[in-house]
Amino acid sequence: MIEVKDLYKNFGKLEVLKGINARIEKGEVVVVIGPSGSGKSTFLRCLNLLEKPTRGEIKIEGKSLLDPSTDINKVRQDVGMVFQHFNLFPHKTVVENITLAPIKVKGISPKDAREKAMELLERVGLADKAECFPASLSGGQKQRVAIARALAMNPKVMLFDEPTSALDPEMIKEVLDVMKDLASEGMTMVVVTHEMRFAREVGDRVLFMDEGKILEEGTPEEIFESPQNPRTKEFLSKIL
Amino acid sequence: MDKLNFSIVLPYIHLFFRGALTAFEITLLAVLIGIVIGTFMGIGKMSRLFPVRFLCSAYVEVIRGTPLLVQLLIFYFGLPQILGFTIPEFPAAVLALGINSGGYVAEIVRGGILAVDRGQMEAARSLGMTYGQAMRYIILPQAFKKMIPPLGNEFVTLLKNSSLATTIGFPELTRAAQIVAGNTYRPFEPYLTAAAFYFVMTVSFSWLMSLIERRLAASD
Repeated sequence: MIEVKDLYKNFGKLEVLKGINARIEKGEVVVVIGPSGSGKSTFLRCLNLLEKPTRGEIKIEGKSLLDPSTDINKVRQDVGMVFQHFNLFPHKTVVENITLAPIKVKGISPKDAREKAMELLERVGLADKAECFPASLSGGQKQRVAIARALAMNPKVMLFDEPTSALDPEMIKEVLDVMKDLASEGMTMVVVTHEMRFAREVGDRVLFMDEGKILEEGTPEEIFESPQNPRTKEFLSKIL
Repeated sequence: MDKLNFSIVLPYIHLFFRGALTAFEITLLAVLIGIVIGTFMGIGKMSRLFPVRFLCSAYVEVIRGTPLLVQLLIFYFGLPQILGFTIPEFPAAVLALGINSGGYVAEIVRGGILAVDRGQMEAARSLGMTYGQAMRYIILPQAFKKMIPPLGNEFVTLLKNSSLATTIGFPELTRAAQIVAGNTYRPFEPYLTAAAFYFVMTVSFSWLMSLIERRLAASD
């Protein structure tokens, strides 16, 4: 589904990604862990070209993202993204947040878009908030709306960039629960997170990144029970 | 020493009212033109394409780096030499002030856009919106809200600057005072009256703006 080859990314002189190779299969939940500054968010943001890689290759369903003839706006329709800080549109109501892109980008009729939005809100448990503005929601509710917004485009992959890092502890579970549901329905997901329990329970595969490289990868059991790389061991010993 | 005698202004008071109305009209139209030009220039200054960025920056620099009075004179007296026809005073004043305002509004627009959180553009783009769609539906509506206070200031500045249209002989508020001063040989009273008219207009406008700002703040 997603294929990454020899991915490099520099910010000026700073080398953030130093040759990433990864494959993500359809229906797989891949969790990316690692210390801050390890490049995991940058890696994720390269997957929908919010960051432009310096060199390397990214293919989504065989289509190269870096090929100039690829319409990146088309690709992004299939790649949903959920941000650490939600990034809901504050001047739009909850339901408008969800319907805007389907209407304007996909040309779906407002009525159909709304129907689908209400379905999604039902699914994330926020149907009663449809007409509210984001400012009146709690962090956990905002993030659930953000997930619904991304899902409204019917993406084939969902990228999560530390979706619970900006949340109060008591709100983390409601967001993780939505993500768990999504995973169990077979959504392909790439999740950058510090939630090790989520990685263990939901992840099919865990990538450990440090200093711009994937140092180790394996099933959650392999990574958490018997890490091989000393850096992985050190990292896990600090956080578990 | 002569005593002030405002009764000499009274027979001409209709000139002041008409002048005030014209000044308001010029300003309103000029601000609208300024907003249109300024929006494009402001966005253009942030373009990835160097020629676009260069042209828009040059526009802003030239407008801000030259006196409005000179711009007005070029527009009204200079251009006909090339065009072969004269632009009538009213459109000339409106266009010159509008083009001038565009340079200042460009910076207001740019500031407003930069004040919108970066995550908004990223979220919009990640949903597949083009840059233009993201600007139109997500960034500009939010930026506009942040632009309202400085745009209000721009309106007040422009209202005062509209007095320069006197130099091209346009009968706005300041020109009315000039006429009255000429007729009565008493300059102090008519100019003070004109100043009072400007003052009442700018103050009531500022008051209106702060009311709007409070309204908008309440919806946040």
